Amino acid sequence: MELTDSIVDRLRHVAALPDLVGTRYELESQIGRGGTGVVYAARDRELNRPVALKVFDFALPGEAQLIAQLEHPAIVPIYESGTLADGRSFYAMKRVVGEPLDRYVTKSPSLAERLRVIRRVGEALAFAHSRGVIHRDLKPQNVMVGDFGQVYVMDWGVDAVAGTPAFRAPEAELDQRSDIYALGLLLQFMLPQTPPHALRAVANKATRPNSADRYPSVYQFLADIERFQEGLAVEAWSEPLWHRARRFGSRNALLLWLFAAYASVKFLLFFLRTV
Amino acid sequence: MNKIVVGLLFGLILGAIDGATAWFTPEARPMIGGILVGSSIKGMLVGLFSGWFARKVHSTKWGIAVGAGLGLLFAFLVAAMQKNHYLEIMLPGFVLGGVIGFLTQRIGTTDHQVSVRPQA
Repeated sequence: MELTDSIVDRLRHVAALPDLVGTRYELESQIGRGGTGVVYAARDRELNRPVALKVFDFALPGEAQLIAQLEHPAIVPIYESGTLADGRSFYAMKRVVGEPLDRYVTKSPSLAERLRVIRRVGEALAFAHSRGVIHRDLKPQNVMVGDFGQVYVMDWGVDAVAGTPAFRAPEAELDQRSDIYALGLLLQFMLPQTPPHALRAVANKATRPNSADRYPSVYQFLADIERFQEGLAVEAWSEPLWHRARRFGSRNALLLWLFAAYASVKFLLFFLRTV
Repeated sequence: MNKIVVGLLFGLILGAIDGATAWFTPEARPMIGGILVGSSIKGMLVGLFSGWFARKVHSTKWGIAVGAGLGLLFAFLVAAMQKNHYLEIMLPGFVLGGVIGFLTQRIGTTDHQVSVRPQA
């Protein structure tokens, strides 16, 4: 019998599948491939629930422990880690039902909704930074938005991961400000075609080539977004006077209407008396 | 600053400004001092009650409504004392009361917003 290319490919594919003998998991399908391994959809037979299994191409003992430190609503929790019968290490995590950010934005969500997602991602990053962990590979494909609006930051990087070129900060040594750079690019990616000046300025400040010129922490980045949402001036942009006046007007529209009503009444009474 | 103080302060300022506009009415000019004092007191009373209301009810809509109602009531009492100029006193008083009601809703702290200090 002759071995055709398709048969060889099939054999290679089957050989690459993780050997789950001796584990509580049952393989369902492949979800995706990352820089360090493959993520599979699987089922936990004991608890009868869906899980995602990340199986590493090579030994990376630190990643599961690293993510396990990060207990946060926007970070996918790890259930278990171990070594498979074929020698590869793996970990099981919650399987998120939703879609990655790059697909999510094609549905044209509102600006408020886009900013909610960015803030959620920022909160997860700020939490990780407070634990001394940096993501290293933040990009739209690594952020999932669930069916009920849950936001999850996935694929937390380890030293072996160098980041995706388009979202990687220019500096050679990655640190927290490199994550801020990627977060700024993520904000740029999330903004509608004609974004407000203030938000563009926030994204620009976060993505400055020199890391010292960026926001010193994710909290400061988030604070600027919050200021924008509350109708306040953002730190990243010294707005012109007319813009400041317009912002004041929109923030205090009701008060201005009340004063206008008072002035109108006074003028009306004045002219009624003189007529 | 609590809401009652905010009400008294804005009532005083806006009441004084409202009273000062009487200067544009020539026949009222000789009495401008009394009008200023009376209008300021009226504004402060509206501010006092609006501020008290704002501490109890957090609603811009109701704040404006109650402020406007109080403004109308006190302006009516002032006009009734003079038995004249009902429209000239009550209409601006009504709108200004609404402004004071709005400001007491937006500015100042309530009973519940107390600063918490760690216990020794």
